[in-house]
Amino acid sequence: MRDDVVICRCEDVTYGDIVRAISGGLSTTEEIKRILRCGMGPCQGRTCSRLIARIIASETGATIDDVEFPVVRPPTMPVEIGVMADEHHED
Amino acid sequence: MKTRAECVVIGGGVIGTAIAYYLARAGLTDCVVLESSYLASGATGRCGGGIRQQWSTEANTKLAIESVKAFRGLEEELERDIEFLQGGYLVLAYTDDDVEQFEKNVTLQRGLGLDVETLSPSEITSRVVPHLNTDGVRMATYCADDASANPFLTTQAYADAARRLGVEIELFTPVRRILTEGGRVTGVETSRGTISAPIVVNAAGSHSIPLARTAGVELPIAPYRREILVTEPLERFFHPMIISFSFGIYFRQVKHGAVIGGFGDPDEPPGFNETSSLGFLTTMSRKLAHLMPRLRSVKIVRQWAGLYDITPDAQPILGEVDEVGGFFQANGFSGHGFMIAPKVAMLVAQDVRGETPDLDIERLHPRRFAGGKITQDRSVV
Ligand SMILES: Cc1cc2nc3c(=O)[nH]c(=O)nc-3n(C[C@H](O)[C@H](O)[C@H](O)COP(=O)(O)OP(=O)(O)OC[C@H]3O[C@@H](n4cnc5c(N)ncnc54)[C@H](O)[C@@H]3O)c2cc1C
Ligand code: FES
Repeated sequence: MRDDVVICRCEDVTYGDIVRAISGGLSTTEEIKRILRCGMGPCQGRTCSRLIARIIASETGATIDDVEFPVVRPPTMPVEIGVMADEHHED
Repeated sequence: MKTRAECVVIGGGVIGTAIAYYLARAGLTDCVVLESSYLASGATGRCGGGIRQQWSTEANTKLAIESVKAFRGLEEELERDIEFLQGGYLVLAYTDDDVEQFEKNVTLQRGLGLDVETLSPSEITSRVVPHLNTDGVRMATYCADDASANPFLTTQAYADAARRLGVEIELFTPVRRILTEGGRVTGVETSRGTISAPIVVNAAGSHSIPLARTAGVELPIAPYRREILVTEPLERFFHPMIISFSFGIYFRQVKHGAVIGGFGDPDEPPGFNETSSLGFLTTMSRKLAHLMPRLRSVKIVRQWAGLYDITPDAQPILGEVDEVGGFFQANGFSGHGFMIAPKVAMLVAQDVRGETPDLDIERLHPRRFAGGKITQDRSVV
């Protein structure tokens, strides 16, 4: 794959960025996400997590099943502040 | 992994990695950092990244002022961008108690050389944050030199710089037990074997409590969940971190544009709970929509939680415990360990190396809780 191929479209992170992070010592999707932001965009990694896991697998010689996916954080879909603010909640 | 080292640091958060770096910079390079997961996986990677010098005790204020000085030169020293930005901190007062306390704070802070102003509600909107809803706001204090930085990048920068000086950092290596003999520390037992060392620094955040217990040391720290959320990125429309103790909120716009913020639920029970709640999402949304109406149409993309390691006086515990020689504590940061990390880590490194710390940390020693009266910092959000 070419270095400048964009892997995370939300955060504009390329294949080259990820490979460099791995050769710099990062070995998990969680670490890479925290340093490069890939997986933190509006789609929350739905588009890019699998691709990143596959790059880790091929760079480190692991199988894709050995690479853990990042923890999925709520809310499951982006939600507007105004909508949540007007929500009734039981105190 | 080494089986012997001059110093073992437990915890790969900002505190542990910074201590290892300053130790190595001073020549103590035979040091191993042990982290049970990956770097910044604890409180550090969950924090708001705010760097505030406006505190109500002398100790916290001094540590923060000295740390800002260090942060200013850190990117150059550690050879990495950490997104350090001096966007200021705006602290909002809503009650009589707030106003009274802020007056005392400003006197103390100015006495320590901090450039802090008091602003009226109209000055807030005309000079600092045009879009803020100041309904009910009595006044604010503002320090333009207060700052923020990216906690992941800061921790990674300290870790990489420490490694370049010879420090070994072992990830995914939890410490199970502190080893002692005849009132002295002798090393640690990890998931991957034992490391003997005459000095062990406990910088494991809230997990410092059970770790210290394995050496018979009881730390007066309680863990509390604190929740936080982040929005989609927006064009920058305000610069400072905005906080209020009585309204209960802190939020800022990070470098890449997202708004990040949270508040501490006073009814939160102590415990190691790190789950996210819907109650937080709705209450925080209401607070944000009230203070910054133009955020109503902005989307929240993620929420998470982390632990505050709270001490009775909301100040950290630093120093070698009386019960076990060679066993140093650097924990109990009570929700503001990121902002004071550089100076704290320098002081702990000096202490570990047997030098006199260049700022008096005696009053942060664990023995302060053994009877004497304590002064609580009232500026915790
Ligand atoms: C929601 C939230 C917002 C915050 N906002 C701010 C802010 O804006 N500004 C600020 O200054 N502070 C803030 N804080 C506080 C700040 O995050 C912490 O005080 C600081 O990160 C403490 O760093 P640390 O290295 O001591 O702890 P941690 O980052 O928790 O590091 C401890 C490390 O030790 C590891 N560990 C635990 N047990 C073991 C073991 N047995 N063996 C090996 N390793 C172990 C953990 O995995 C962890 O990585 C916030 C905290 C939270 C939760
Ligand atoms: S594509 Fe990576 S977060 Fe959306």
